[in-house]
Amino acid sequence: MDKFTVHTGRAVPLRRSNVDTDQIIPAVYLKRVTRTGFEDALFHAWRANEPGFVLNQDRFAGASVLVAGPDFGTGSSREHAVWALMDYGFRVVISPRFADIFRGNSLKAGLLTVMLAEKIVQRLLDDIEDDPSTEVTIDLIERQVRWTGEVHDFELDDYTRWRLLEGLDDIGLTLRAPEYIDSYEQSRKPWLPALTTR
Amino acid sequence: MGKTLAEKLWEGHLVHTAPGEPDLIYIDMHLVHEVTSPQAFDGLRLAGRGVRRPDLTLATEDHNTPTDYTLPLLGTSSIKDDVSRTQIETLRRNCAEFNIELYPMGDVEQGIVHVIGPQLGITQPGMTMVCGDSHTSTHGAFGALAFGIGTSQVEHVLATQTLPLDRPKTMAVMIDGELAPGVTAKDVILAVIAQTGTGGGQGYMVEYRGSVFEQMSMEARMTVCNMSIEWGARAGMIAPDQVTFDYLKGRTHAPSGADWDAAVEYWHTLRTDDDAEFDAEVTLDAAAISPFVTWGTNPGQGAPLSGSVPDPADYVEASDRISAEKALAYMGLEAGTPLRDIKVDTVFVGSCTNGRIEDLRATAEVLKGHKVADSVRMLIVPGSMRVKAQAEEEGLDQVFTDAGAEWRQAGCSMCLGMNPDQLAPGERSASTSNRNFEGRQGKGGRTHLVSPLVAAATAITGHLASPADLVKS
Repeated sequence: MDKFTVHTGRAVPLRRSNVDTDQIIPAVYLKRVTRTGFEDALFHAWRANEPGFVLNQDRFAGASVLVAGPDFGTGSSREHAVWALMDYGFRVVISPRFADIFRGNSLKAGLLTVMLAEKIVQRLLDDIEDDPSTEVTIDLIERQVRWTGEVHDFELDDYTRWRLLEGLDDIGLTLRAPEYIDSYEQSRKPWLPALTTR
Repeated sequence: MGKTLAEKLWEGHLVHTAPGEPDLIYIDMHLVHEVTSPQAFDGLRLAGRGVRRPDLTLATEDHNTPTDYTLPLLGTSSIKDDVSRTQIETLRRNCAEFNIELYPMGDVEQGIVHVIGPQLGITQPGMTMVCGDSHTSTHGAFGALAFGIGTSQVEHVLATQTLPLDRPKTMAVMIDGELAPGVTAKDVILAVIAQTGTGGGQGYMVEYRGSVFEQMSMEARMTVCNMSIEWGARAGMIAPDQVTFDYLKGRTHAPSGADWDAAVEYWHTLRTDDDAEFDAEVTLDAAAISPFVTWGTNPGQGAPLSGSVPDPADYVEASDRISAEKALAYMGLEAGTPLRDIKVDTVFVGSCTNGRIEDLRATAEVLKGHKVADSVRMLIVPGSMRVKAQAEEEGLDQVFTDAGAEWRQAGCSMCLGMNPDQLAPGERSASTSNRNFEGRQGKGGRTHLVSPLVAAATAITGHLASPADLVKS
């Protein structure tokens, strides 16, 4: 996973709440067995059917920060939603609230999801709509979002922040101490179900 | 202070805990399907890692599988879509390479991952269960801690049989009293979601408590827990009791003999202590719940069937108002329209929410002696091949086909339309599944979430209806 420290880029205003993962990437694209190449699938229905959709507007082309309404990423657990956002070029999503599974997936894959109060997100949406060239800085070291005249702290637990700053692989971290797992397995109830393997 | 059921389950699976780090939680059973696993297996290969506990891993094919093939089925020739077929074949290769038990299409044990776990007795009280599928919360009906994970976490569990997780808070949903006749588990959970909103359970492990849940069958409890994710909850659970034990006894993977006695003794301890405290509580009145349907494009946009399509202007929050306006535009509905006046083209009975034998019995009970309206296509898809066999043994398939419904093979089917079972653009369905998102059942398709009873009555009348409407007419 790439390290994430400080990112500065232009932003796209997605003024919608409850953006579910079926909208971020429709199920038909989940049939692929690769981990990359999902950029064409991102928000496919909205891009195809709504000429005015923000990602169809030239003035927001090349942006790397997505700013959305509350409850972003609800629904299906598909991590493809995170991959599609990253493949399209997004490094950060800002919303007042994220669905749990989506947020967990994003922070594992290296897409930074930042929660700011709804009022602040509204101001950011207004500002980038007024001036699409607005540069937004997301500083993971200071845990701050900054843009013209605005500075706002955001919360992220120390552990996740450290993991993202260092670009560390979760599995590698767990396997540093396999003895904990060995020892837990000794204490499992004897009747718990197990499959016969091939 | 005592502990909640969720806290007991969490603490019983702590592999390691350290200040400033997430807890490392042991996973007792990992369910795998074709859609969210290929990239995880690839990750293992790239890192030179194996599967730590293939014996605690079970795979099935469900999301992509067609439902209109005939048995006996050999190979994957009935899958016409090349990409779908590749995904199924990839799962078969991965399971062979990593030594994982797989129930392929056509197998007597094949079915939707959340239907086969309980029916095999693999889902048991006190366990932790995960799957790369958000409806894993279904298994919480047994007093298990069960939740959906993403593909990175699938890979993590395959490699280590553990997950590093921050401990969620706890919430109780309390519903006491008696449900009116004709009110089902599906109506209960749709009413909960309409009250809490899609984000109401965010960050919580939820326990459903009160006499309404105690009186439910295991299958009804599964319907409730299944939709926990639709209001954002990390997990949903119901404390195990005699209903749970009776369901489990004698199933293939349930403990037997002395193990059964020891297990039941332990399972009895899996209750929230009287002096335990939840971080949050939600209360509903059982008597106030009636048959419930959705009108919008998220599961929280629902209302009693007796009501009307709401007016977006009535919403206080701007984001709710915009969301309702967009939903009505997508759904092609006018504010104020009585919900009973909404005509549908398709009725789908099935899915991990309502694809079990009791759901099919309820559907058949309503359909018996009636015909599906000429304007309606009705698709009935059993949740598993075992459910299918049971239904056929009871003659339910005959009731369905006599009424003019299509009776299919097992799978996820039209719940998400990854297989050929899809809505056409603009087509409207009444569906016993769990999500009414835009395009969920097919590009441009419009979905109303309903119970099996409402689905069956709707199929007969051609518009949203409950069985009570049939008696009147």
